[in-house]
Amino acid sequence: MSEAALPRIAGVSAGPPGRLAALWEFLARLGREKPLGAAGGIVFLVFLLCGIFADVLAPYGINETNLAVRLQPPSLDYPLGTDHLGRDVLSRILKGAQLSMIVSFVAAGLATVVSLVIGVVSGYFGGRTDMVMQRGVDAWMTFPDLVLLIVIVSVVGPGIPQIVLVLGLLYGIAGSRIVRGAVVSVKENMYTHAAQSIGARTFHVLRRHIVPNVMPVLIVLFTTRIGAVILTEAGLSFLGLGVPPPAPTWGAMLSGTGRTYMYLGPWLALAPGLCLTIVVYAINVYGDALRDLLDPRMRGTQ
Amino acid sequence: MSPDPGSARGNPSHERAEPLLGIEDLSVSFRTDRGTVRAVHGVSLAVSAGETLAIVGESGSGKSVTALSILGLLGDAGSVDSGRIVFDGRDLLALDDDAIRDIRGDRIAMIFQEPMSSLNPVLTVGKQVAEPIRLHRRVPWREAYARATELLERVRIPDAAHRLGDYPHHFSGGMRQRVMIAMALACQPRLIIADEPTTALDVTVQAQILALLKELTREADSALILITHDLGVVARYADRVAVMYAGRIVETAPAGTLYAAPAHPYTEGLMASIPGVDGAIGARLPTIEGQPPDLAGLPPGCPFAPRCQHALDTCRTVPPPLERVGDRHFRACYRDG
Repeated sequence: MSEAALPRIAGVSAGPPGRLAALWEFLARLGREKPLGAAGGIVFLVFLLCGIFADVLAPYGINETNLAVRLQPPSLDYPLGTDHLGRDVLSRILKGAQLSMIVSFVAAGLATVVSLVIGVVSGYFGGRTDMVMQRGVDAWMTFPDLVLLIVIVSVVGPGIPQIVLVLGLLYGIAGSRIVRGAVVSVKENMYTHAAQSIGARTFHVLRRHIVPNVMPVLIVLFTTRIGAVILTEAGLSFLGLGVPPPAPTWGAMLSGTGRTYMYLGPWLALAPGLCLTIVVYAINVYGDALRDLLDPRMRGTQ
Repeated sequence: MSPDPGSARGNPSHERAEPLLGIEDLSVSFRTDRGTVRAVHGVSLAVSAGETLAIVGESGSGKSVTALSILGLLGDAGSVDSGRIVFDGRDLLALDDDAIRDIRGDRIAMIFQEPMSSLNPVLTVGKQVAEPIRLHRRVPWREAYARATELLERVRIPDAAHRLGDYPHHFSGGMRQRVMIAMALACQPRLIIADEPTTALDVTVQAQILALLKELTREADSALILITHDLGVVARYADRVAVMYAGRIVETAPAGTLYAAPAHPYTEGLMASIPGVDGAIGARLPTIEGQPPDLAGLPPGCPFAPRCQHALDTCRTVPPPLERVGDRHFRACYRDG
């Protein structure tokens, strides 16, 4: 890690006195240097707000059927139209955003924790521990994600908890490589040796010196994982292995009513499809922008 | 360059007192891709309270490794093959992890050579100076911060109380090294090991930092081990000097004696290659011929023999033992007088 990079990291995960100021400064820099990433961040924020306030924003109940208005195209009453049972698509999209948000935040959070634990233990202790853990990670990663997911979900059955757990583990193990790399480089910094030389215990060194310095990597990892989890969950739902119906997930809406009534009501497929595309794209550009600004290894490539 | 009169005066206490730290016949080796390499070979040293010992040598001479083995910080690749390190009556090499950890930062403190990366960029300076106090004294933060303020004042950081909340990047290199010194002094250690403390600093700042270090250790009657490759530093600040080459001590003497009468060809070479202000402009600086030693392929005899102008046949077969040549003056060389 180059020494010139240090102040920048410090500006982000700064301590009490400058924390808020540093956050503002960082957001200003995001807007100035990465306008696309900032736009992605705004879309991400809108998505989060929709998810949080879904129940308030939704004009109709998600399972409120009204056969008199089935397969209505978008109108003032039904901004995104209705499906074959006369349910309001907008309300279902909003509820879907909420489900996606919950699943993705919990799964990405779990993934980050798993990455952190594996990455720190493997990277910090090195040697034989590192060897064994990394070969385990290698072995795990030889299985294609989707195949592994389909197998596990077929065995334990679909449901939010198992999907969160499986996605968390899957992305957590894959992401541990990135954390490990960051830990290995942080470990070589003199302050880690200095901490040992003042009699700090290993746990203390990890908590005070290693983890705060890999925070930027964790933030980026968490953000990009949210996009990935949303997409994968949609994929699983599309295959009928995701969050079980009648929960209106975007993937299920796309594969269920969306595909069946594609010619009668194209909005049924377009609404969840576009939402997925826009949200995942926004999160990815935002994550990329964050990485460029936070990751010292990416410096100079902007 | 003449030795500082202060160093010749020395401190009378270390003549009679039991040494604070005694290293006896220490050997350390490292596992590398090219096999096991012996970085330190049969080194014996002693430092008394109030004394400043300089360990001089080029990169790879084993000076830093010797220092790290005192604190048990060699890492996974290094191991002590033989020897004892007795500090305050206890053999540090025989202590378990917990016991050596209690000594680190409390009884023995270390200052590293890179002030730029020795401080954690995401923690405030106050937190870092207070850290050893919190680790060893178990006092509340408020008290630790008060002590940290005092320490920063002692290392003459202006407006210390207001700088506790600053981050390392708000400080210059010299100021950061002062912070490191404050950290090292935090628990009033008996021994401070400074590994090239001024290498990364401007020359003017170097002198300030070393003078400060020397003053503060002497005030506390602590011992200071100054690891350096700079003989100019040695002349001004050390009481005694040990010159290391390829993992062995080749000469050790009081600083004044070493300057007046170096007895080992390597020391002579080092002295000759110090640029002086009185040298003729354009004159070539004398150098020591040949390459620094390759620790993985040392010759059987004296490690310096391949570069030595005075090398005899015996030099190439049997390494010379460290022998007394004067008052507290030892060298490892077969050459006459």
